[in-house]
Amino acid sequence: MASMTTTEPLDPAKLRADFPLLDGTRCGRPLVYLDSAASAQRPRAVLEAMDEYYATTHANVHRGVYRLAEEATRRFEEARARVGRLVNAPEPGREIVFTKNATEAINLVAYAWGRHELRRGDVVVLTEIEHHANLVPWLMLAEERGIELRYLPLGADFRLDLGELERTVDGARLVGVTLASNVLGTVVDVAPIVQAAHRAGALVLGDGAQLVPHRPVDVQALGIDLLAFTGHKMLGPTGIGALWARADLLEAMPPFLGGGEMIRDVRLDGFTPTDIPWRFEAGTPPIAEAIGLAAAIDYLEQVGLERIHQHEARLTAYAVERLEERYGDDLRIFGPRPDPEWRGGVISFAFGDIHPHDVAQVLDEHGICVRAGHHCAKPLMRCLGVGATTRASLYLYNDEHDVDRLVDALESVRDLFV
Amino acid sequence: MAGLEDLYREIILDHYRSPRNRGELPTPPAHRVEGFNPLCGDEVVLYLEVADGVVRDLRVAGQGCSISQSSASMMSAAVKGRPVGEARRLVRSFKAMMSVHEVSLGEDGSPSDDGPGDALDPSTLGELAALQGVVKFPVRIKCATLSWNTLSQGLDEIEQGDPVGS
Ligand SMILES: Cc1ncc(COP(=O)(O)O)c(C=O)c1O
Repeated sequence: MASMTTTEPLDPAKLRADFPLLDGTRCGRPLVYLDSAASAQRPRAVLEAMDEYYATTHANVHRGVYRLAEEATRRFEEARARVGRLVNAPEPGREIVFTKNATEAINLVAYAWGRHELRRGDVVVLTEIEHHANLVPWLMLAEERGIELRYLPLGADFRLDLGELERTVDGARLVGVTLASNVLGTVVDVAPIVQAAHRAGALVLGDGAQLVPHRPVDVQALGIDLLAFTGHKMLGPTGIGALWARADLLEAMPPFLGGGEMIRDVRLDGFTPTDIPWRFEAGTPPIAEAIGLAAAIDYLEQVGLERIHQHEARLTAYAVERLEERYGDDLRIFGPRPDPEWRGGVISFAFGDIHPHDVAQVLDEHGICVRAGHHCAKPLMRCLGVGATTRASLYLYNDEHDVDRLVDALESVRDLFV
Repeated sequence: MAGLEDLYREIILDHYRSPRNRGELPTPPAHRVEGFNPLCGDEVVLYLEVADGVVRDLRVAGQGCSISQSSASMMSAAVKGRPVGEARRLVRSFKAMMSVHEVSLGEDGSPSDDGPGDALDPSTLGELAALQGVVKFPVRIKCATLSWNTLSQGLDEIEQGDPVGS
């Protein structure tokens, strides 16, 4: 990859050369990819790591006694520890469970922990800004178990309103909260939530799908108990995500899916589950994907997550400024004012009363990829009073030119529909 | 590659900017029926007044993208005043025109009886044919068919003796 010293700002143009899909042109111009919040692109290093693994090392893990299988197992477990170190897990090799994605990580908590721990009337607290991934598993449990769900509301400034925090978490068993909104860009200040939840005896599950890819995340500093995140939004492959949970919590949790790899012994009249974290990984795991994810983390850390964070903060401020200066009141941004600490590079907006589908369709004609829709956050859309928004999301490989092309192309959206 | 002009024909934009038959009708006598496109949150609400086997009047409410809104507007203009049987044939023709990429399944997931069957020739669709370009943009087909599926559902409900909608 392009080498840079850690103090100088990112050079996105240089980084783009590492990303086959972004390097070069489509239909005669560079692609402007502004949908990394849905899924990021991946650098060649990730693709090569997976290819190299398949070409040189593949065998099933935790099974064979031959050296190849041992080597595959070693690399898979190294990848696990790599993921654990990224989020500063106290025990990186034991506290990361590989899942298919963030959604499965949250479902794992709802099933394994939730089914074991929660009884009728027990309270789980969520927020109005959650992605469906951190709503539906709990709604399913509410239907099945009769647990009570409470919600921390959206405040007037596109941040969570914590005015009733103490009362809301009182008596709760778990608080599930997104660490960064995939619609608003809001980075949630979890410290007061963690304090109140822990005082009330509740665990805190962080949905880190939109935070872990964009800045250093330290589970010990945050004080949370469980964290879900997903590989494909952080330059890794699809088909892999992770749950981090404190070892003592994992130890107390019964298995999730049943099958091979998660057992110590199986008899015809019962089974004994194996140790953590394998207890939660039934069947052959996504081995090459784990190795690809470890390579993505290497890449992110070589560039520097703090530098990525600073770059996105600068670019977000630039984008908001350009959009407002060109379109004024015709363009309404759903999200906090630019703020390096508490706002990420997700910019959702309404453009006049032009439907987001139409906006995205015309932008596509200009080689610009943005997302239009409800972003799997329908309750939040209702709070905002819209059915859908257009969303541009920024990452390490985006730069001012991408923003300029977005701002210019919106002009032709307006020409067509107004 | 399909160009935007295939999608956003002038006549479509005209219906989008000045939708026909926009509004509501008192229920009863009108029948109210809603359709949703969960993908984009588009919503169409139809008010249908059917008497003596004829769609005497209809109104369109709801919100959505230019394709769903203009398709609803063009649909309303096309079926207003027509006998129910003809309106249904129009639904079938329109859906046949849109089904190039869409597996034709009914709302309940079963194969739909809205197949071409006795559908009208697309050349008889008049200005509705302007929506033909939508098939080149597969994700937008559901936008175009939303109001037609909703109409079909409304006519079914009326036939099944639920004229007010529940
Ligand atoms: C905040 C948030 N949580 C969870 C998810 C789910 O991620 P995945 O689809 O990879 O499970 C997403 C992805 O859209 C997200 O933005």
